Amino acid sequence: MQQYRAHLMLCGGTGCIASESLKVKEALSAEIKKRGLENEVNVVFTGCNGFCAEGPIMTVYPEGIFYERLTEKDIPFLVEEHLLKGRPVERLMYKEPEKRHAVPAMKDIPFFNLQVLRVLRNKGLIDPEKIEEYIARDGYMGAAKAFTEMTPAEIVTVVKDSGLRGRGGAGFPTGLKWELAGRVSSDTKYMLCNGDEGDPGAFMDRSVMEADPHSVIEGMIIGARAIGANKGVIYVRAEYPLAVQRLNLAIEQAHEAGLLGEDILGTGFNFDLSIYLGAGAFVCGEETALMRSIEGKRGMPIPRPPFPAQKGLWGKPSVLNNVETLAQIAPIILHGSDWYRSLGTEKSSGTKVFALTGAISNVGLVEVPMGIPLRTIINDIGGGVKGARKKGGRTFKAVQMGGPSGGCIPESLLDTPVTYEDIVQTGAIIGSGGMVVMDDSNCMVSMARFFLEFTADESCGKCPPCRIGTKVMLDMLNDITEGNGKESDIETLQDLCGDIISTSLCGLGQTAPNPVLTTIKYFREEYESHIKDKWCKAGVCRSLCTFIVDEKVCTGCGACQRACTQGAVTGEKKKPHEINQELCIQCRACYDACKFGSINIGPAAMREGLLKDTPAVSV
Amino acid sequence: MPKLTIDDLKKIKEQYKATFTLREGGYRAKVTVHMGTCGIAAGARDVMNSLIDEMSEKAITDIIVTTSGCAGLCSKEPMATVEMLNEAPVKYYSLNGEKIKKIFKEHIQAGKIVEEYALVVGSETAY
Repeated sequence: MQQYRAHLMLCGGTGCIASESLKVKEALSAEIKKRGLENEVNVVFTGCNGFCAEGPIMTVYPEGIFYERLTEKDIPFLVEEHLLKGRPVERLMYKEPEKRHAVPAMKDIPFFNLQVLRVLRNKGLIDPEKIEEYIARDGYMGAAKAFTEMTPAEIVTVVKDSGLRGRGGAGFPTGLKWELAGRVSSDTKYMLCNGDEGDPGAFMDRSVMEADPHSVIEGMIIGARAIGANKGVIYVRAEYPLAVQRLNLAIEQAHEAGLLGEDILGTGFNFDLSIYLGAGAFVCGEETALMRSIEGKRGMPIPRPPFPAQKGLWGKPSVLNNVETLAQIAPIILHGSDWYRSLGTEKSSGTKVFALTGAISNVGLVEVPMGIPLRTIINDIGGGVKGARKKGGRTFKAVQMGGPSGGCIPESLLDTPVTYEDIVQTGAIIGSGGMVVMDDSNCMVSMARFFLEFTADESCGKCPPCRIGTKVMLDMLNDITEGNGKESDIETLQDLCGDIISTSLCGLGQTAPNPVLTTIKYFREEYESHIKDKWCKAGVCRSLCTFIVDEKVCTGCGACQRACTQGAVTGEKKKPHEINQELCIQCRACYDACKFGSINIGPAAMREGLLKDTPAVSV
Repeated sequence: MPKLTIDDLKKIKEQYKATFTLREGGYRAKVTVHMGTCGIAAGARDVMNSLIDEMSEKAITDIIVTTSGCAGLCSKEPMATVEMLNEAPVKYYSLNGEKIKKIFKEHIQAGKIVEEYALVVGSETAY
């Protein structure tokens, strides 16, 4: 077998491909060939590395040097210096935000060294399109052990003892789910995978399917063996073309290798796996709706019981597990339940993957042990709020967890340990793992309105509380953000929330009010200032703010003038500027552009007063 | 690919051991071939190729080969530095494909420094 002296692990996740890693790949191959290094240096196009904000990224082994933001222009120099002459290129290495010096090795970067990788164990280390590389990292050894050394009941016991809970959001114990389906006798059973990731800002499952498709397949084979299923379906949304392509290839390879199909690993067990493409309806992430969708029907939830473990897909006993849950299975089988429990807490064991997005320095994918404080994830791994280090910079306001089903957590609760139980106490949920960080320039009423607009839009329409209730709530929130809110609105909203939660059939309706409830709980004064003072202090709701220049602070640098698209800002250089309220459309561009904090945001009434004082502009 | 058995899985894992030793950073020895302009002109590439061929042939998994720039003694190129784990580095000089194979066999595999080709043990102090 050909050995190489260096491996270049270039990220081929969707994030890096969007920042043009394909061009970097072509340039690398061409340059390596030109220098005659093709037999010494191996270029591997990996799945998502997780540090998406810095892409395209590449790790060079054996040194483990971490390069970021590569372009095709950098490649000839990089190949000559690093690969030919052995001098790593400092200019292209990662630099820590607060320090200026380059941090070359991956293990020295806080974003990476505070993480513990189990689900993402192969991220950036293997070529997701080569089954051999997966096998080389203990791939399919979990399946081999489960098939030859364990009975189905023993598999269930290990998974139960591990304490693994569904990573899709509900947190139902995986082992228990398997046990229930295993007990039912039937000629056909289904092992299903939920890859219908739909929360805004969440991309954990996509990354796992892209970076390590075999880990999902192996989890499914083991699950199938445990419950006695012979057929399986992976439900993926069609918007994930790269995940679909890599899963298809992985299924094909596993078939050829006898890891799927008939007589798996010579044990006589049969399991067939196929992919079903979802059209992207949010409700299809709910298990009964997902099964209806696979049957070709309209994706709508049905009442439980009967639970899918008794009557699921095509009326047969079925188990549906999330992508991330399944990727945890093989290592649990291989290393045992005690190993799994060595991380996390009593009731929330193991690790969880989070997608960090929003106003944070290190946007990306992180895997941490359960029980870690939120603060560590946001400040240490995430590098804190983006732009917080600048003078007069942004400050942390809240983190939204669990997407449209979750809630927001304020600064005062940042020491909450990340476990299923503790996060629920705050009114949010762990959910599938989306973490959207918001800074002080965010308006919490608008944020709640955004999520409610999403759920109102995605409600399947089956139950009136969800279909009509979310619409009524959305109308009220629209009124509040447009300056037509009434004092009784906050109480009416809370009442409606309670009713929708208690009378909706599925998780979508039962959780849709959470963003509204948590914002009222932690940011009630923002609702009140919107309703009573007609004042959006963040300057997001356009009808509820006035932008004015503080003459004492303004340096006359002209940044606001350049940012304004309406020509509303005027003033001479180095002298305080002025905003013409008649022309101003309250877009906040001047406020965002100002480096000195000289633009103030006042209530709507201030603008009306100013307009009255200003004589009409003559045409 | 034919149908795999559990033994096949283990064999594949074994075959890829070298690849992942490199990517995971666990190794027993490191050989640095000095590839400045002087080294390349004097034939450092032959030294490198010969070493990699030898490692592939013997299926060596726990040794990494890397390059660096000029070692500062251009007249003695091609040069290479061999660092065994927990031992002082040894610099070899005026190498060729045959000499590096001997170094590989005697020093890296058997742990005995090839004195006739060795220039110096240890490295310069750097502040």
